[in-house]
Amino acid sequence: MSATDLFPALKPKTAAPESRDKGGPAQPLVIVRDLQKHFPVRGGILGRTQAMVQAVDGVSFEVKKGETLGIVGESGCGKSTTARLLIGLIEKDKGEIIFDGQGLGDALSLKELRKDVQMVFQDSYASLNPRLTIEDSVAFGAKVQGLDDPNGRARSLMARVGLDPDRFAHRYPHELSGGQRQRVNIARALAMSPRLVVLDEAVSALDKSVEAQVLNLLSDLRREFGLTYIFISHDLNVVRYISDRILVMYLGEVVEVAPVDSIWREQAHPYTRSLFSAMPSMDPDNRTQEPPLAGDPPNPIDPPKGCRFHTRCRFASEVCKTRVPKLQGLPGNAEHLAACHLHDATSGHPKAGQGVPQ
Amino acid sequence: MTKLLDIQNLTLRFKGKRTVHAINDVSLSMEQGETLALLGESGSGKSVTLKALLGLLPPKRTEIEGKIEVNGTDVLSLSGRKLQKYRGGEVSMVFQEPALALDPVYTVGRQIAESVMRHKGVSKAEAMSTALDMLDRVRIPSANRRLHNYPHELSGGMRQRVMIALALACRPRLLLADEPTTALDATVQIQILLLLRELQKEFGMGVIFVTHDIGVAVEISERVAVMYAGQIVEEGTTSEIIKSAQHPYTQGLLAANLHDVERGARLNAIPGAPPSLEAKPESCSFAPRCPHATAECRAALPPVFTPAPRRRVACVMAAPALAAE
Ligand SMILES: Nc1ncnc2c1ncn2[C@@H]1O[C@H](COP(=O)(O)OP(=O)(O)OP(=O)(O)O)[C@@H](O)[C@H]1O
Ligand SMILES: Nc1ncnc2c1ncn2[C@@H]1O[C@H](COP(=O)(O)OP(=O)(O)OP(=O)(O)O)[C@@H](O)[C@H]1O
Ligand code: SF4
Ligand code: SF4
Ligand SMILES: [Mg+2]
Ligand SMILES: [Mg+2]
Repeated sequence: MSATDLFPALKPKTAAPESRDKGGPAQPLVIVRDLQKHFPVRGGILGRTQAMVQAVDGVSFEVKKGETLGIVGESGCGKSTTARLLIGLIEKDKGEIIFDGQGLGDALSLKELRKDVQMVFQDSYASLNPRLTIEDSVAFGAKVQGLDDPNGRARSLMARVGLDPDRFAHRYPHELSGGQRQRVNIARALAMSPRLVVLDEAVSALDKSVEAQVLNLLSDLRREFGLTYIFISHDLNVVRYISDRILVMYLGEVVEVAPVDSIWREQAHPYTRSLFSAMPSMDPDNRTQEPPLAGDPPNPIDPPKGCRFHTRCRFASEVCKTRVPKLQGLPGNAEHLAACHLHDATSGHPKAGQGVPQ
Repeated sequence: MTKLLDIQNLTLRFKGKRTVHAINDVSLSMEQGETLALLGESGSGKSVTLKALLGLLPPKRTEIEGKIEVNGTDVLSLSGRKLQKYRGGEVSMVFQEPALALDPVYTVGRQIAESVMRHKGVSKAEAMSTALDMLDRVRIPSANRRLHNYPHELSGGMRQRVMIALALACRPRLLLADEPTTALDATVQIQILLLLRELQKEFGMGVIFVTHDIGVAVEISERVAVMYAGQIVEEGTTSEIIKSAQHPYTQGLLAANLHDVERGARLNAIPGAPPSLEAKPESCSFAPRCPHATAECRAALPPVFTPAPRRRVACVMAAPALAAE
């Protein structure tokens, strides 16, 4: 089966009478504005709501058509919650999600959104039906969407993620290794011919060679069909390789967004800087001795006032404890946004306007 | 001193519609307090090896031959109460899939405390305070509150840290860690690796650490074993493996690393797919994908060379190359 057969809806425009592209090339595929999700925390003998976890708190970003946005950040900072809001799996408290120009819950129903957006979940085991064979799992969504030859598509995609259909099609999820299961999830998402794929730690269970194979496949599909990806991962090397831009979250907020090369050259937010310097050493004679970021992550129920990072930031000053820094372009590099008083000459931070000190 | 681990000629098959020869004649030993990283292809038998060490595989569908000794205990002969006591006490495991290890209907504090009560025979209050201490040590923020959370209320990375806390709570002699840090961000990952290094010194605990991240292997382990198709194809100190890998599979794995790759460039995946494991390997399993394969490689299993003590390479090429050194 050729690649165009796999993605019928994305065939060249002449072949598609009703193209799925509604807003045209300049319209970002996804716009998220002020997204918020707070989870109730229950406790006590009556199990009453005692407080709220501020999982996602005022997150805004855009993803252009055909672009790959990488999302990184501390464990528990709200990456998966953002992803689940985006595909309509959980309901947002506040904010807007605009998909190809149409607001979710407005011009666009959840059902319509699900045709265009697929997600690969972090927990590969929990997201597969234990009673379906691998082939049926991969074909299931395609069948529901009424796509041609769902089983043929399933087998063809299994082959492309490196799982020989003759060997694996009839197995059940518990008969696979972790990496094999994760590839089933990737094949299943792609089988539904999506326009946006959200990949949450999708390659972290794979060995480096299979990972390379899957990343090559993702690049091919993106080039051939203009797929758009949101790629959540803790592996900074992978995120750097696959993404056009990187978004960094800390405690429910966006602290930095920038084109890959720019952020690789200079991390403008002190949290991003700690994160990048925590990458494992590749030299056995020179292992890491001190963690670059000490202190415990704060409580998301009662996050610190002002800049949420101030309790752990080496450069925190008085103003950081009271004033929330705005996410804005760096002087001289408008595409590179950071939320830190150090970059705002008028913030009142004593070191403001000189960038991040060494 | 008794060896911490001594696996000899372990062979393991899954029976079913089709047989899977998951482990093929594996021998491996570890001294007390050693840390070994297990690298290898997805599906090469890393998790199955760890599960065999814990006596966790369904006996009806699994055929096992060979010997596994942990601290002198013959693991394959354990059953019933003895097996229960061994599991989670002497040896414990951090699973690759949090969903398999954590029970969704109990709070995480209760799960850790029950394991401590069962193995150490302490009071509930004492077990709860051990649970709290462990959650603190694995850097769970506001551990006191998290004690009362159910697994689904935690982020992926927190669930993984809870599993590490659960595994460490009974102070095992041998910790089996199956990709325990893949769901963690770099800052927490390095903290956990440093914590494991510290506990390993403090308790003299041995660790087998399955990982796909060479950097993580470098940070945590003194030794590395590389698996392919249910066999160990290369073993040595971490330095030896990183600096002078001899087996073509290991070399391919190191070359597929993303470190410093140019963006957008095609990545170096090892071409081809691993063997089906439906039959027991009779020749070099890597031959169909190996750039150096010859008729000799396809005729018989390659000999295992041991160029230095506790260093081995299962490849015909290793012989002349090492003799010349
Ligand atoms: N169903 C839920 N009920 C209560 N709290 C939740 C729920 N789901 C997530 N949370 C909380 O929301 C916060 C963000 O979780 P999320 O899973 O989005 O983090 P993450 O960035 O994906 O982390 P990781 O990298 O560890 O996967 C965490 O504090 C988590 O405990
Ligand atoms: N219960 C089972 N029944 C049949 N085959 C199985 C079973 N469990 C595992 N296998 C097979 O045994 C082989 C080894 O699996 P294992 O889980 O050990 O791989 P792994 O090295 O841990 O891989 P990964 O890095 O992807 O986790 C795989 O080919 C897998 O499909
Ligand atoms: S605003 Fe202040 S506390 Fe926050 S990151 Fe910048 S310097 Fe640090
Ligand atoms: S024995 Fe032959 S085929 Fe196998 S790894 Fe060595 S050179 Fe390659
Ligand atoms: Mg997550
Ligand atoms: Mg595994």
